[in-house]
Amino acid sequence: MAGLETEGRSHDMGLHNEQLSGRKMQTFFSPDDSENVVYPWAYDVDFNKRTEIDMADLTPTEVNIKIRELMAEGYGSIVIKNPGSRHSIGVGILNKLNITYEGSLGYFGCGLIDGPNVRINGRVGWSCAENMMAGTVVVEKNAGSTFGAAIRGGDLVCKGSVGSRTGIDQKGGSIIVGGDTGALTGFMMQRGRMVFCGNAGKNLGDSMYDGTIFVGGEIQSLGVDAVHGELNDVDRAWLTRKLKLYDMLPEKGVDHFTKIVAGRQLWNYDNLEPHEKKIVL
Amino acid sequence: MAGTSYKGSEITDVDQFINDEDGLASDREKEIGQHIGYRYDVNLVPDYDRITPYLTRYMETMGWDDLNWLEDIHMGYEEGRPAVFDRNINGWVSIPEDVVMPDNQQDRDMVAREMLLKFQMSPNHPLVQLRDAYRKF
Repeated sequence: MAGLETEGRSHDMGLHNEQLSGRKMQTFFSPDDSENVVYPWAYDVDFNKRTEIDMADLTPTEVNIKIRELMAEGYGSIVIKNPGSRHSIGVGILNKLNITYEGSLGYFGCGLIDGPNVRINGRVGWSCAENMMAGTVVVEKNAGSTFGAAIRGGDLVCKGSVGSRTGIDQKGGSIIVGGDTGALTGFMMQRGRMVFCGNAGKNLGDSMYDGTIFVGGEIQSLGVDAVHGELNDVDRAWLTRKLKLYDMLPEKGVDHFTKIVAGRQLWNYDNLEPHEKKIVL
Repeated sequence: MAGTSYKGSEITDVDQFINDEDGLASDREKEIGQHIGYRYDVNLVPDYDRITPYLTRYMETMGWDDLNWLEDIHMGYEEGRPAVFDRNINGWVSIPEDVVMPDNQQDRDMVAREMLLKFQMSPNHPLVQLRDAYRKF
């Protein structure tokens, strides 16, 4: 009886049981209509127009607003001096832009970006480039945990080593690390690629749904449903090209890399299972 | 019991989901009436020999040496029609019927990338209206 009352309240609130079949939306679009290569709202910036921001006396919010103002003025190359390991710097940039940080960033640096090319000459804290959509981020030294959390696209590069849970919930893009990575790397990975030139910690690829992990060194242990795959010629070509792009190609090449993929034993999404569970329970 | 075996089917043909809209091959798929798995190989990396001039121009504009996020874009199939998934609207964008489908997945993926990019960069994209309505700065 109590359950029925709850259901009644949920209906009153507008919640219903329904088949999750998606919704259609008709948008009229012809591929011939658009020859743009940037978003309609994007700032028109010039890579050759360069400026600097000294953030020694600025808050992260003030710096983030200043970056936006400079893009509006057409600056395409911005150098940030004295970032001082402060948090949430350079987030939400949805534009083409070259941006360089002369120093280290704190937590959640460069998150939610879509397009810019970022270079960080120091280290980064937790969750660098989380939810990154597109662009390139290159960290010259080490990075903290959850490097590239929920990244959806683009290249995220760390030339040093990274902490644990690297690329947790990764949904696309490439995470490339020159050194080692910690435990639970690739946890719940859904797609995209990770490359580690060094070693990987415990439970690599735990509960990964799809995607590919390449490891050049030792793997301490694999997680649930992470299995060895066969390194093929396409993989070798991709690895070689990508590592060369960032001057990270090992002297001995890429033949020694181990490939890890999903075993697909956790692929159990279907409409029937909730009903089956109800009957069983 | 969940999580003990893969119940989906493998992709066997480039036209599989055009010829067979439902894509039900394994016993489990037939039982539940739903295809299990992606309708394209999410791990297929692009063949840069097949890149289109529009995509090259996009890479140059953004200052990238490769396709960057577009490496993850593939031609998929929705309701028996070629379509590309747009993460910005969380939905499939059907490829116009007058676009001829190449006979291999690599070329189809390049068509999908170009089509998606043109859609996202178009003033008709739903994100333009959403941005106008909800942007904070």
